[in-house]
Amino acid sequence: MAVYILKRFGLALLVALTVSFISFSLLFMAGDPAVAIAGENATSEDIALVNARYGFDRPMIVQYGDWLGSAVTGDLGRSWYFDMSVTELIADRLTVTMKLGLFAITLALAVAIPLGVAAAANPNSIIDRFALFLSVVGQAIPSFWFGLILIVIFSIKMRLLPASGNETWQHFVLPTVVLGYYATPAIMRLTRAGMMEVLSSDYIRTARAKGLRTRKVMFKHALRNAIIPVVSLAAVQMGFMLGGSIVVETVFALHGAGYLAWESIARNDLPTMQALILIFSTFYILFTFLADVLNAWLDPRLRVG
Amino acid sequence: MTDTTTPTDQPLQAPRNKPLTPGQAMRRRALRHKGLMFGAVVMLIVLCVAIFAPLLTQYDPYQQSLLARMKPPVFLGGTSEHWLGTDGLGRDFWARLAYGARISLMIGILAAVISGIIGSTLGILAGYFGGKVDMVVTFLINVRLAMPVVLVALAVVALFGGSLVVVVSVLGLLLWDRFAVVLRSATMQVREQEYVAAAEVLGASLPRILFKDILPNVMNHLIVIFTLEMAHAIILEAALSFLGLGVQPPTPSWGLMISEGKDMLLFEPWLITIPGVALFFLVLAINMLGDGLRDVTAPEGRN
Amino acid sequence: MTDPILSIQNLTVDLPKAADRAHAVENLSLQVMPKEIVCIVGESGSGKSITAFTTMGLLPQALSPSQGEIRFDGHDLLKLSKRAHSDLRGRRMAMIFQEPMSALNPCYSVGDQIEEMFQQHTDLGAAERKARTIRLLEEVHLPDPPRIYNSYPHQLSGGQRQRIVIAMALALDPALLIADEPTTALDLSTQQQILHLFKELREKHDAGIMFVTHDFDVVAEIADRVVVMQHGRIVEQGSAEEVLNRPQHPYTRLLIDAVPRRTRDVPAPITSHEVLKVSNLNKTYHVAGGMFRPARTVHACKDVNFTVHQGETLGIVGESGSGKSTLVKCLIRLEDPESGVVSVEGKDIALMSRHDLHPYRKHIQIVFQDPYGSLNPRRTIGDQLVEGPVNFGENRAKAMERARELMKIVRLDPEVLNRYPNQFSGGQRQRICIARALMVEPKILIADEAVSALDVSVQKEVLKLLNEIRDRMGLTVLFITHDLRVAAQVCDTLIVMQQGDVVERGTVEEVFGAPSHPYTRMLLDAQPGKHWDVPDIATLPPAVA
Repeated sequence: MAVYILKRFGLALLVALTVSFISFSLLFMAGDPAVAIAGENATSEDIALVNARYGFDRPMIVQYGDWLGSAVTGDLGRSWYFDMSVTELIADRLTVTMKLGLFAITLALAVAIPLGVAAAANPNSIIDRFALFLSVVGQAIPSFWFGLILIVIFSIKMRLLPASGNETWQHFVLPTVVLGYYATPAIMRLTRAGMMEVLSSDYIRTARAKGLRTRKVMFKHALRNAIIPVVSLAAVQMGFMLGGSIVVETVFALHGAGYLAWESIARNDLPTMQALILIFSTFYILFTFLADVLNAWLDPRLRVG
Repeated sequence: MTDTTTPTDQPLQAPRNKPLTPGQAMRRRALRHKGLMFGAVVMLIVLCVAIFAPLLTQYDPYQQSLLARMKPPVFLGGTSEHWLGTDGLGRDFWARLAYGARISLMIGILAAVISGIIGSTLGILAGYFGGKVDMVVTFLINVRLAMPVVLVALAVVALFGGSLVVVVSVLGLLLWDRFAVVLRSATMQVREQEYVAAAEVLGASLPRILFKDILPNVMNHLIVIFTLEMAHAIILEAALSFLGLGVQPPTPSWGLMISEGKDMLLFEPWLITIPGVALFFLVLAINMLGDGLRDVTAPEGRN
Repeated sequence: MTDPILSIQNLTVDLPKAADRAHAVENLSLQVMPKEIVCIVGESGSGKSITAFTTMGLLPQALSPSQGEIRFDGHDLLKLSKRAHSDLRGRRMAMIFQEPMSALNPCYSVGDQIEEMFQQHTDLGAAERKARTIRLLEEVHLPDPPRIYNSYPHQLSGGQRQRIVIAMALALDPALLIADEPTTALDLSTQQQILHLFKELREKHDAGIMFVTHDFDVVAEIADRVVVMQHGRIVEQGSAEEVLNRPQHPYTRLLIDAVPRRTRDVPAPITSHEVLKVSNLNKTYHVAGGMFRPARTVHACKDVNFTVHQGETLGIVGESGSGKSTLVKCLIRLEDPESGVVSVEGKDIALMSRHDLHPYRKHIQIVFQDPYGSLNPRRTIGDQLVEGPVNFGENRAKAMERARELMKIVRLDPEVLNRYPNQFSGGQRQRICIARALMVEPKILIADEAVSALDVSVQKEVLKLLNEIRDRMGLTVLFITHDLRVAAQVCDTLIVMQQGDVVERGTVEEVFGAPSHPYTRMLLDAQPGKHWDVPDIATLPPAVA
């Protein structure tokens, strides 16, 4: 088992490195950072100075190695726009995004799983059609538009919830709803499909033949099996939500890591952009690894030889 | 299914009760599938609006008019001169909506085609050859999945400028993962089938097997994913434009229209509602078309 | 005069409108007495499983009983509420299904799943439940019950899983045991043990046993009474002795006539010309490890040797895990052996590069087991037939001509060449696959379990066809099977494989008459219905329909 975990870890590391390398090269190719720092009216001497000071004239691979070396020790550089340590900047904002993500995935699971189970247990019934309708509609509504509509209804017209900021828990309600519904359709459909497949399997037939009541068959036997891929999907969706948080946080002016991403991009703050890409991808990799572990824990076929 | 009625000395006929070819059977199922038909019809409508935009409106979507700013649509008290009203710069809203359909569809189709070619090739090769090829492709897929799409897309557009070419390229180069994943597993399944082994034993060359045996049997998956990624690209482009980092003004992108309208949320909600509803219906239609195709091409696997 | 445990009267179960007949089961009446095994025999589509499911109350929603009564335990099962019927399940009537590999929930231990019976139907405490569960595991002859108790289903073999299912069924000593083809998916040796177990159960318990099967040899082995079904109706029933030895109905006779007999009709003209020579063939697989399992290697073929002469039909017999499938894949180069010689007409193709191999491929062709997976659903059969010759350089039009010829030889109408596979039945598809293999005029034809997936009557037709083709074209045939009885019917010589080794070789007479290896002896012994002398239908008085 140790060998397997080591291999997985090594692979994950390689993926993270590749992602950071690709993003570094992209950003490197794109602009002249010296101009961004020195300003539009800089003279060629100013630019040369900036280049020398920051080391922008070195070959890309060297710059990358330098950045990576610092990153490993926790130093992600200094933000050009905010003029503070990137690590501090992100750490600050990340807690907001993490909270949002956790609320959102909880909401998504709380809605999607029961709906999926109910839909699968009553195929072609009203609840089944409703669940499918919800998921199809849910996948079609652009999240930013949905956010704006909710703001119009709940903040402006009904004055129930705040439209922006992140001081109180009320500030999290609308963003959670928007980010949560983003993950709900996929989870609902997987639960429904998984349950339907499991319900037609042989061991469910055996369970019925044993005289077990429907409720026991559904939950102790069917759901226990169907939930396994859903758990993995939820972990992966958590990773995707980080990307989705950019849009949601921007619409609601929630000062989390997603909002920071938008800010830094709008200002061409390369160190922050680079660091955020690394952080987001690392979290995704962590979540997928968590999904694997959860999978193994839930499925004896993976756990026991 | 038994044929215990086989007489031993006469030639057999094929059974008479199923004269439909697989293609015909599928077409028939498609016509009966409500979701699929709804999706197809709406898409056709949007396509026609996009293509025939110049015939459907006399206005130029770029033409501003100080006098005609912020006129409400007909159903909110406006005149029929601008039946969907005008925006903050006096441009006719219906014209912007109609020409905007071109942007959405074009970006959606092009991005889906590019990502489709990349992803399908990778997926089919990985699924067919397995081994090292599979390892490399799986690694690439994992790298792609680890990349935060929105973040990278925003960054690229910010740095390389927001032209149509850049937006389509970045979407095409980022959205191939689902193609690769689905086609890889579909190819692996088809590869296990005995007719592929039979083709190999009968001396078929590799290209022949790929094109005559593998591809036709994974084509359904490809088409379904194509529609889904098209919708995905359209939503992403709208999100990028909304954030100011997609297509640039004054291009009439629906996402950009929503972005332009958000500052006037309080007083003129139709500025965001109308393009939003248009986006919603287009994406809904494409998704329903995709789901319908999935149902119709694999009736045993209703998801 | 004891009462029957189960009494079915005039049962009719309707099929949904789109089906090819109106009723799954029509006007069916049968009884099961205590301590009696009633075998319901029929081919696929006969309605035998539907009868079993209706009794248990496990019919899919699309099917509904429209008429009749099923008397059990003083109730009419068809009039019971779902809840009341569910109450009887497990406690008074139990069922054992066909597929042991998927019959158990993978997420719970086997012991848990048996104990669930006690939890559901009794008030016993935990200690008592566990004790009874261990006793059940002993009763079904599972080794080391405490270890099995804690095992998960995926850690057990198919035979072991089936015993677990039987243990669950016996837990509450039900009055009626229903078994739906419980041994069909098992190896011959495992089947023998399970059938033996059923006979033991008949002695030790008072239950009546309803046993559904398609295999007359199994019927001969265990049945007290026999019910024969066709197209949803009972065509004949009676004591086992009567039905097996003096079948009345033409359909029963057809089925009994199709039972693979132990001798081959006409000895083949075998020349001394060596067509295939396999020497020291080795193939090893490496299975990757997972998070909690180490990687392992499987030595699938260990130094396999044999020779086949022109005109000969060699049977390769083995159970699952014997290595016969790997051997076949190496022969046709779907897999590459590690070492060894595969000499076809004097040319060693074992380790050739794909490019060099190409022209020699046509000499050795194959028909696979699954008729539904062997044809590309998206190409016409004509297109698939001409593929072979065209790949080897022949002109397409000429190939089409030959295709039409071959279609006639396999007794299919040449006009259907432009149809798609989905329009043909299983038996017809196998004929098409045989024609496809013959299109390139091979010297050697491999039939890899080619009839195992077919109904017995269809099997007989296809085997007959194979024999004819072989005699007519002077083909050499390699017949791969797990069933010794079928091998005996068509083969001249046999090799028996066990875990990668060839443990026995010889003519059919030699292997059957004087087997030298214990494994062969075990296989021969494990054949069900050995004591039954299959009657010669031709000598019976005319049939009564």
